[in-house]
Amino acid sequence: MATAPTRVPVKKTYKLYIGGAFPRSEGGHYLVVKDHKGAFVANVCRATRKDFRGAMVAARKAQAPWAARSAFNRGQILYRMAEMLEGRAAVFERLLAELHGYSASEAQAEVGAAVDRLVYYAGWCDKVTQVFGNTNPVASQHFNFSFIEPTGVVAAVAPKTAPLLGLVSVMAPLISIGNAAIVMVTPDNAVVAIELAEALATSDLPGGVVNLLTALWEDVGSYVSGHMDLDAFFGVGLSSEEQKAIQVSAAESVKRTKFVDDASPAEWRQESRQSPYWILPFTETKTAWHPMGS
Amino acid sequence: MVKNPSSYVPPRVPTVDEVGVKERAAEFASRSIKKAAKVEGLKLVVRMMDLTTLEGSDTPGKVLQLCQKARHPIHGFDDVPPVAAVCVYPPLVKPAKAALEGTDIKVAAVATYFPSGQADLADRLDEVRRTVADGADEIDMVISRGDFLAGHYGKIFDEVAATAEACKPAHLKVILEVGELQTFDKVRLASQIAIDAGADFIKTSTGKIPSAASVPVTLVMLETIRDHFLKTGKMVGMKPAGGIREAKDALRYLVMVKETLGDAWLSPDWFRFGASSLLNDVLMQIVKEKTGRYQSHRYFSVS
Repeated sequence: MATAPTRVPVKKTYKLYIGGAFPRSEGGHYLVVKDHKGAFVANVCRATRKDFRGAMVAARKAQAPWAARSAFNRGQILYRMAEMLEGRAAVFERLLAELHGYSASEAQAEVGAAVDRLVYYAGWCDKVTQVFGNTNPVASQHFNFSFIEPTGVVAAVAPKTAPLLGLVSVMAPLISIGNAAIVMVTPDNAVVAIELAEALATSDLPGGVVNLLTALWEDVGSYVSGHMDLDAFFGVGLSSEEQKAIQVSAAESVKRTKFVDDASPAEWRQESRQSPYWILPFTETKTAWHPMGS
Repeated sequence: MVKNPSSYVPPRVPTVDEVGVKERAAEFASRSIKKAAKVEGLKLVVRMMDLTTLEGSDTPGKVLQLCQKARHPIHGFDDVPPVAAVCVYPPLVKPAKAALEGTDIKVAAVATYFPSGQADLADRLDEVRRTVADGADEIDMVISRGDFLAGHYGKIFDEVAATAEACKPAHLKVILEVGELQTFDKVRLASQIAIDAGADFIKTSTGKIPSAASVPVTLVMLETIRDHFLKTGKMVGMKPAGGIREAKDALRYLVMVKETLGDAWLSPDWFRFGASSLLNDVLMQIVKEKTGRYQSHRYFSVS
């Protein structure tokens, strides 16, 4: 009697996440992802500057309708993202352990913290405007008040450590106020990032609000901060030379820049790594004068 | 004019191989045009552009602004040429003509009850004569698609011939509105009838329905022009319009013109783009080539 053939497992193709779809890189190049022991895991897309340009178009298109949604509705969607992540917790725990050498308890802690962080920023969506908005005393018959609005499209470099939690910690504050985000992920973290993109794609998040590119900074860096249509830049764990180059090229289009140091996975879990002050750098303050009788 | 339209014998045209046309059209995207060649191509696109505004909300002020943009598409880039023409509704021909005085930029007007063409021929011809009297250099007419689809080819021939007569000395562009003609075979037939009746240009679309210019349908029309030229030695111009928004697409059209008709047609005298938002995308690509930075619409004037 013939033995049953061994089943060939179906391997996943890790592509980019742009405009709610999963396209391959325009350039057709790829990078090899290895696990923490150096064994082959997968080939992932090596995003080019043209992929970034495409993501910029998608993000620009998505940003205004995203900002126009009620803050409460954005909060609902961020909460929905947390739900989707929670449902895939086992997948992320396995990937963190197998690819990144996390212990079972560390992996569990990171996934739990990532879910909680989404809930945290979901809550801030419809509160941050009150906290950072105010009425201003003026010496005329006007009711004068200031409030924050999203700056537009923000490009971010995700941390190298904490593949899941770091990415969520960078992305969530940006989109909570109504920005669209293009997040560049180091190829070592690509598998977790694209796995997260699949959770986002099923969480009512409109396509283009979050775009993920697995890219080498030397391929795309100079084109990112110089892009005239980009409104702000958020970098984690960049060297001071890299930060300076970004600030210089961002100056021409008066882009906002914000830099944060990378941290260990344990530090990323701390409450000091979540705050409405992570939202504030990516907003514009609008002040209105309203005539008022005495 | 045909004395008795019902006795008109339509031209015999070859049937179009739809799969072949689409395959050939897809090939034009595979040409690599970079750096200096790209910039030259983009400048040619600007020179071939009929900068268009055909909105119910158009005002003389908006046309004036558009004419300024037509003359100087972008500040600080003196090597970017002016466009070929400004395309407006008939009542705005006079302000456009005044704003473009002293330049070589033509004023094109959509007449014959654009975009539907649903009116008596006499009224349509009257509109053409008035528009030319106002100073229009080019008339973009629409054919009666209803009559064409009903098989009244003689009427189509007659209306084009009558309009060609009425619009002299202005040039005549004949809009087929390919999105309503349903098949490539009908596009080919309509193109041939328009050419036989005296069209200086044939044009794809009004831009008022979702299905507008595409590379395959333009190829069918270019092949009609080519075959007519080979048979009679007479050159006819081509104007794709509607839906061409990106510089990359425009370069594909140029490749198609060169490979189908040759260098003689790579001139604003024989090929035009009917577009409004295309111009800013082309300008953004020209600036990007010069500065190395991807550009934003926010830094370009509205067109």
